[in-house]
Amino acid sequence: MPKELWKGNEAIAEAAVRAGLQAYFGYPITPQTEILEYLSRRMPELVRAFVQAESELGAINMVYGAACAGARVMSSSSSPGMSLMMEGISYIAGTEVPAVLVNVMRGGPGLGNIAPSQSDYNQAVHGGGHGDYPRIVLAPATVQEAIDLMGLSFDLAEKYRMICMLILDGNVGQIMEPAEMPEMQPVANRNFDWATNGAVDRPRRILSSIYINPPDEEATNFRLAKRWLEVQANEVRYREYFLDDAEFVIVGFGTAGRVALSAVRAARAQGIRVGLLRPITVSPFPFQVIDELAVRARVFLVAEMNMGQMYNDVRIAVRGRVPVEFYGRTGGIVPFPDEILAEIHRIAAGRLAAEADPRGAWLARMEAAR
Amino acid sequence: MTTPVPNNVVYDRPEGFTETPTHYCPGCTHGVAHRLVAETLEEMNLIPRTIGVAPVGCAVFAYNYFDTDFVEAPHGRAPAMATGMKRVLPERIVFTYQGDGDLASIGMGEIVHAAARGENITVIFINNANYGMTGGQMAPTTLPGMKTTSSPNGRDVETQGYPIRVAEMLATLDGVGYCVRRSLHDPKNIRLAKKAVRLAFETQVRGLGFSLVELLSTCPTNWGITPVQSLKFVEEHMLPAYPLGDYKVTPSVATIKI
Ligand SMILES: Cc1ncc(C[n+]2csc(CCOP(=O)(O)OP(=O)(O)O)c2C)c(N)n1
Ligand code: SF4
Ligand SMILES: [Mg+2]
Repeated sequence: MPKELWKGNEAIAEAAVRAGLQAYFGYPITPQTEILEYLSRRMPELVRAFVQAESELGAINMVYGAACAGARVMSSSSSPGMSLMMEGISYIAGTEVPAVLVNVMRGGPGLGNIAPSQSDYNQAVHGGGHGDYPRIVLAPATVQEAIDLMGLSFDLAEKYRMICMLILDGNVGQIMEPAEMPEMQPVANRNFDWATNGAVDRPRRILSSIYINPPDEEATNFRLAKRWLEVQANEVRYREYFLDDAEFVIVGFGTAGRVALSAVRAARAQGIRVGLLRPITVSPFPFQVIDELAVRARVFLVAEMNMGQMYNDVRIAVRGRVPVEFYGRTGGIVPFPDEILAEIHRIAAGRLAAEADPRGAWLARMEAAR
Repeated sequence: MTTPVPNNVVYDRPEGFTETPTHYCPGCTHGVAHRLVAETLEEMNLIPRTIGVAPVGCAVFAYNYFDTDFVEAPHGRAPAMATGMKRVLPERIVFTYQGDGDLASIGMGEIVHAAARGENITVIFINNANYGMTGGQMAPTTLPGMKTTSSPNGRDVETQGYPIRVAEMLATLDGVGYCVRRSLHDPKNIRLAKKAVRLAFETQVRGLGFSLVELLSTCPTNWGITPVQSLKFVEEHMLPAYPLGDYKVTPSVATIKI
């Protein structure tokens, strides 16, 4: 297929359609609304299901129903709407049915604003709904990557009977870039052996997240955890840039990773041995590669569009062997490459935070510069 | 070993039921409501084509009793789940079974919009004027002055509001094909309720829109009276507050002969 100019949100929607999406349920919220609008036109013309739900609560439970029926189904939202979906996310996870969700993150907490942010990392990767449940979280940095990961997300969700969530900052959702769409896949009847789609010529099936007997619930939690070990072993994805001889390693995902790459290139031109690790799966997190980098790097710098959420995961992987510095912009602000370049200069000059957690020193620098 | 079959059977387990005994309290009319649905599914030959959605409430284990595919919804969200299933499986019969806390409190948004969209699903709505499962707290349907564990001095309408009449309210929506209230307090009314359940499923089979049957039901355990007194309570106190009737029967549904 030739490259065409695509807006991130519309590209995601079309990529999902081409991956054989059978049903979409959603609710308007900026900066995600183009996904809903695009599919409100596209799905009916293909005679596939589209419902604008009464709320994100309604939308996620429609997703839950269609997922139980064995359909390829998705919803999308932005931060406040995602919070409302957390109840359903926990039920979907507890019922072990596949579903794909997209969060085009915006500034928060609360109503916040509609500018790009990465402040839902913890909600997506570590928290959100109640109970112990794993989920796959993918973080594209470009429109092309978003298209490619959209198709992959359905396969992963179905393979592991798990939620697969794409988190993109509003920047990836709103930007227009040349990108190549995959071929249209036909809608497949996957005939899952667990789906509640009518007990015609087979014994009836029940799908629920109830295990009233505690040993059964524990067995369920163990089963989910074992499946997660499999995901961790097989599905970690990341991109490495200039890491072979890097003394300084920047870790950043999505747009923060993309901005950091520009800074890394500029620093390399100045002879600084700095590289970038850009996690694509933030869950499962690339602990292993960071563990290996920590043996040879002198300093890590985590760059995020939040107050340091992925930072904690990087610290776990580094295990105190070398300092892990932090630089973030929040509230809907995207950092400029120059800001990260200045951080690279600071680190290369050995001006590191005195405390174990560098976020206090970072905050003081940010306040001083205001 | 085969069980001897008497040649004068007058009452038996309907095909729509599994052999699992229900967990409902003695004298609770949830069991009667279940039976009406199971008989209807059998009579209409719908058992293999049907998918049920269980609520959170005393009927949370409904999936153990009906011999069809079943899912279990989060509290109040059954109409949204049913929407998702019906939209991807339009040839299947999808019904929800919900209590009054489930449908008329936490799930009010989901039920109103499923009805407004005219989702072609059937809802069996059990109005027992309290939250049975959690031990008898006040529900949106609790009668004024009625004592519950969270309205210990009787529901005070000044601070706790007034009962919601669900059938009347939903009947105002254009997406609704069939919406009625019946009661389970005596055999005559149970027969009328059965006919309504049948018509609700007939509405769905014909694609004539959203259908709902509100059933006045007992909760002897939390009302703190005997099953017989509970039936009397429905007749004397619930019927005046919740008049039985056909609140919406569209002309096309009205032509259905059963
Ligand atoms: C989100 C959520 N809130 C509260 C509960 C606790 N809860 C379980 S059942 C129930 C009330 C059910 O009452 P009703 O729908 O009237 O059904 P009944 O038991 O009377 O048939 C409540 C509040 C829950 N399970 N989930
Ligand atoms: S608590 Fe009430 S509604 Fe629940 S089973 Fe017992 S009598 Fe029936
Ligand atoms: Mg109740």
